[in-house]
Amino acid sequence: MHDFLQQYVLNYLDSKGLTPGGAGNIFWATVYILLVFGGLSVAVIAMNWLERKILAHMQVRLGPMRVGPHGLLQPIADALKLLLKEDIIPAEADKIIFWIAPFIVVLAAFTVFVVVPFGPTHAITDMNIGILFMLGVSSLSVLGIVTAGWASNSHYPLIGALRSSAQMVSYEVAMGLAVVSVIMMTSLGSIATGLYGAGNIGSQASGTLSMIGIVQAQQEQGVWFVFKFFPLGLIGFAMFAIAMVAETNRAPFDLPEAESELTAGFHTEYSGFRWSLFFLAEYSAMIAVSSIAVTLWLGGWLRPFPGIHGPSIAIPHIWPPADPTAPTGALDFVFALFPGIAFLLLGAMCFYNVRRMPKHPLFKIQTVGLAGFGAVLGLIGLIMFIPPVRDRVGDIFWFAAKVAAFMYLYIWYRGTFPRYRFDQLMKVGWKVLLPMGLALLVLTAVFAMHGELWAQFTGAGHP
Amino acid sequence: MIPSVTNPPVATAFFFYLLAATMIIGGILVITRKNAIHSAMALITALLAQAGLYLMLYAPFVAGVQIILYAGGIMVLFLFVIMLINIERTVKERQFNKQWLVGIAAAAALGGLFIAVYTTATKGKALFPEGSMTYGEGDNTQRIALLLFDSHAGQYMFAFEIASLLLLVAIIGAVVMAKKRI
Repeated sequence: MHDFLQQYVLNYLDSKGLTPGGAGNIFWATVYILLVFGGLSVAVIAMNWLERKILAHMQVRLGPMRVGPHGLLQPIADALKLLLKEDIIPAEADKIIFWIAPFIVVLAAFTVFVVVPFGPTHAITDMNIGILFMLGVSSLSVLGIVTAGWASNSHYPLIGALRSSAQMVSYEVAMGLAVVSVIMMTSLGSIATGLYGAGNIGSQASGTLSMIGIVQAQQEQGVWFVFKFFPLGLIGFAMFAIAMVAETNRAPFDLPEAESELTAGFHTEYSGFRWSLFFLAEYSAMIAVSSIAVTLWLGGWLRPFPGIHGPSIAIPHIWPPADPTAPTGALDFVFALFPGIAFLLLGAMCFYNVRRMPKHPLFKIQTVGLAGFGAVLGLIGLIMFIPPVRDRVGDIFWFAAKVAAFMYLYIWYRGTFPRYRFDQLMKVGWKVLLPMGLALLVLTAVFAMHGELWAQFTGAGHP
Repeated sequence: MIPSVTNPPVATAFFFYLLAATMIIGGILVITRKNAIHSAMALITALLAQAGLYLMLYAPFVAGVQIILYAGGIMVLFLFVIMLINIERTVKERQFNKQWLVGIAAAAALGGLFIAVYTTATKGKALFPEGSMTYGEGDNTQRIALLLFDSHAGQYMFAFEIASLLLLVAIIGAVVMAKKRI
C-alpha cells in the first residue's frame, strides 16, 4: 500500500508535459487546487489593500495608514471584523434562497480556475471546451446575484438585481463574439493539428477551445493574438476588455451596486460573512475574466518577445536549465531572472520606506514590521534565483504579472471614469459592441482565409 | 502533447446514479414547489445535472452548451420574468388541476413504454443498435464541427441553418410583438 501511494505520487513527476487532470492524478490535482485556492485568497486580500491605496493616491489621499505599516494589515483587520459581525437575515426574506445565493456566486467564481493555465503544465486540468467552460460557469454567477436581490425582499436589492441581470446578459453577447474571433485565429498556422485539445482528426487544421491549446497556438504562430491581423486582434481585445468590466459589475459599469442610487445594490441586506462572500466572489471573478483576456490575447504564460532568444550562452551550474528542450538563449536567461528581480525590487521599496518612517518611538513596531516584510519579500526574490525554482516559476510569474496589470486597470477605471447611465450602458452593449463584434468576426474570417477566397474568386484554386 | 486516454474513465455507475437522482429530485421539486422562484432554482439544478450526464457521455461540447444556453442564458431570463410576478397571489392559487384520470393514463403509458424498452433491451433483442464506445472527449468539438460543416462528412448543415433561421424569426417576432412603434 505504501509503495503504491509513493508510486502514485511520484508517477506524475515523471510524466512530462501533462497537467494533473491530464495525467489523471488525484493527489496532485488536489495539491494544485489547494495552491490555486490559497493563491487566489492571498490575491484578493492584496487586491483589497492595493485598491484602497491606489484609489487614495489617485485622489491625493493617504488611504489606510493606521493598521500596520502603511495599512498593510488593514485587510486582515477587515476580514476579522466581518467574521465577528452579526449575520442578519431580514424577517421578510426568503430564507433558503437568501442563504444559497452567496454560495452560488462564490462557487461560480472559483470553479472557473479549474482550467486557467498558469503554465504549460501548471493548470489543474485542461478541457477540450476550456474557454466555453470558463464563459459558461462564470455566467452562472448572475444567478446568484439575481436570487440574492430577489430573496432580500426589498426595493433597492431587487432593482440592483434586475439591472445586473440585464447588463450581464447583454455584455455576454459581445464577449462571446470577441472570443470567437480568437478561436478562429487558433486554427491558422502550420502545425495546428498538433495543438492541445485540437484532437487528431485527419490532417485538417482545426482550432482549439482548450485554454492551454490557445496559448500554444500563439507560441507556434510566434505572435500574441492582440497583434494578429493588426488591428483586428487589438479591436477584439478592446471589446473584451470593455465587456469584462461590465460582466464583473465594476466601475464604470457598476450600476447594480451604484451606491449613490441603490445604497449597495443587490447585497444591501447582506452583512458579515455572507457579504464577505460576495466580496470574495467579485474579486476572484475579476481575476478570472482577466486571466481569460491574458490567455486569449496576451499570450498567457509566454514572456514578452517569446520568439527572440539571442545567442546561446552557458554559465556552469546556472544556465542552461536542466530541461534539455528549454531554450538556451541569452535573452531567455535575462527574462528568467525577472521574477527574482521583481521581488527584490519590492523588498528594496519596503526598506526605502523604512528609512522614511517617522522616527517617533510610537512608530518603532511599525518600522520593524515593515523591515521584516521587506526582508521576507527579498528572501522570496533570492529563492527565485535558485535554478530549479527559477525554471518552474517563470511561466506563473509572467501570467500573474499580466493579470496584475489588468487588476491595476480595474482600479484605474474606478478612480477616473464616471458611472454610465443605464440607457447609455445598453446602447454601448447592443448598438456599439454587438455590431463591432459581428464585423470583427466576418473580417477575421476574411483575413484568415484570404488566400483561398482569392483562389476561388479567380478560379486558380480549381484543378 | 495530446494526453492518451489511459486514465480510469470517470463515467462510473456512482456518478450516473448521483446525477440521475439529482435530476429526478430537481424535476419533482419543479412541479411541487408553490413558489415560482424555488421551482426555477430546482429546474436549474436539474439542467446542471443534465450537463453532468453529457460529460459522462464524453460529450463536453454539448455539456458546455447546455450550461451556457440553458442554465446561464434561458434560466436567467426566466428568473428575470418570474421575479416581477406577484408571488403572494400565485402562492394562494390552486397548483394542480383535477384531471387525475388523464394524468394517470399518460403516466401509465409512458411507464409501460420504458419497461417494454428495458425488457427487450436486456433480453438481447436489438431494439436500438448497440452503440460503439468511443472516447471522443479529446476531440468532441472538432467532430461536431466536421458533422456540421465538412464538405464530405457534413450532413446536418441544412438542418442547422434552418433551426437558426427559425430562431431568428422568433426573435424578430418577439421584438415586433413587444414594441408598439419600431
